[in-house]
Amino acid sequence: MKLMTTTAALMLIATGAIAQNDCVTGKTLEDGKLTIATGNPAYYPWVMDDAPESKQGFEAAVAYAVANEMGFSDDQVVWVRSSFDQAIQPGAKDFDFNLQQYSITEERDEIVDFSEPYYSAAMAVLTRQPVVDGGAEASVASLQGLIWGADANTTAVPILNEVVQPDKEPLLYGENIDVVEAMKANQIDAALFDLPTALYLSAVVLEDGVILGQFPADRSESPDEFGLLMEEGNPLKSCVDAAINALKASGELAAIEAQWLSETTGVPVIK
Amino acid sequence: MVAGGSTLAVLIALFILIPLAPGWPAVKKSFFNGAVFAKTFPGLLDAFLLDVAIFAWSAPLIFFLGLLIALARDAHSPALYPVRLFGIVFTDVFRGVPVILVIYLVGFGVPGLGLPRPWNSPYIWGTVALVLTYSAYVAEVFRTGIESVHQSQRSAAASLGLSNADTMRYVVLPQAVRRVVPANMNLFIALQKDVALLSFIGPVEIFRQAGVYKSLMANFTPYVGAALIFLAITIPATRYADHLMARERRAKS
Repeated sequence: MKLMTTTAALMLIATGAIAQNDCVTGKTLEDGKLTIATGNPAYYPWVMDDAPESKQGFEAAVAYAVANEMGFSDDQVVWVRSSFDQAIQPGAKDFDFNLQQYSITEERDEIVDFSEPYYSAAMAVLTRQPVVDGGAEASVASLQGLIWGADANTTAVPILNEVVQPDKEPLLYGENIDVVEAMKANQIDAALFDLPTALYLSAVVLEDGVILGQFPADRSESPDEFGLLMEEGNPLKSCVDAAINALKASGELAAIEAQWLSETTGVPVIK
Repeated sequence: MVAGGSTLAVLIALFILIPLAPGWPAVKKSFFNGAVFAKTFPGLLDAFLLDVAIFAWSAPLIFFLGLLIALARDAHSPALYPVRLFGIVFTDVFRGVPVILVIYLVGFGVPGLGLPRPWNSPYIWGTVALVLTYSAYVAEVFRTGIESVHQSQRSAAASLGLSNADTMRYVVLPQAVRRVVPANMNLFIALQKDVALLSFIGPVEIFRQAGVYKSLMANFTPYVGAALIFLAITIPATRYADHLMARERRAKS
């Protein structure tokens, strides 16, 4: 009997320890809660219907998978919203980690911390049917002659300048929607986005949108990998990295990607 | 002596106290990062040339449209009432709507009607938006200038046999325009800063270029660099406007 009680007590302690997770104890903003930030608004297919707590959408699903892996139950996850600038401003953060397609770059890494990458983004060329009818092809030579646009806050800008090297200076905008607006006004021919975003814009936002082609994720120049953004020196980083590595090893991350971002296959590669 | 001493004391306090704040190292790294500054400053200067160019071609257009609108508002003959009404509506609308909204609406809206290239360029329609907004302000300044010329001068001109148009051209405007030069200088300094708003519809001028650097390096130092470049232009311009105003005051007294 006594043995059984001891075992039960030990088990209780053990489950207790798993619920709290030895790694994360005392490292989150609030004990027993994991505060996750995402964009405002958050877009398809990263978060469906701007409701991350529904767990629908790639990044929402990744966030909950990471949380669970670190020992947080779903209702211990708290969502907040942040802009890019809020995420990089110096000082205390109001989130444990922030995910909204942050590309990991060496220079950003000096100011904030990034987790292990959870997604490798191909870059895709979004254009309109009239431009394709006008003879635009999925080749760098053909792309150079187009008038380009991009979201100024993304790594699309350096990739555009390094890989495509357009003849005319690209036009840059503050938001995806402004890029699309300029495309509708025929002020730009094409724009560079990460592939899932480009697919969304061409399917939902831009009526005659076409994905002309992609620069695959494993390109040698400027590969684009998304990481969870954390305050510089956040002790939680090791736990988050361990969780992402475990999700990669178990194949769960790949399964989430297959569930939400499966359409990304079959887009022609730009030569 | 006292002024120098107190200024020095304040400077010392600032330079010693601010770095004592616990968040100072992080702020310094994000806003006053020497390496980032050195890397981005040449690109910012380059982008600033676009600001100067937009300013250079907008300013004369604003001057003439503003003058026209002011004259329209001064039309007193009943037959010209529609012209006057147009002047009133124009200033009311474009003075009342934030510049950025005009830039969005004109910069994306008008080209969206299906204009062919190059007539749908954001440079053209962004400039149009700036010109519309600022000429509304400038028109009001000119109007006060025109009204400041005493009615007796118009009467005197009429008694000399000058037509209304000639009175305006040779008697009123030369005095009016000169009187409001300082006020207009202030508006043109404001315009120099608002040129940066054109970045919202595509042109990569200094503010947008700074934003690109900020985003790629997760560092706000490029904004500080951009601010310094703006100051290098606007501080001398403000001093010049002050100087003009002082001269105006002396001339009046």
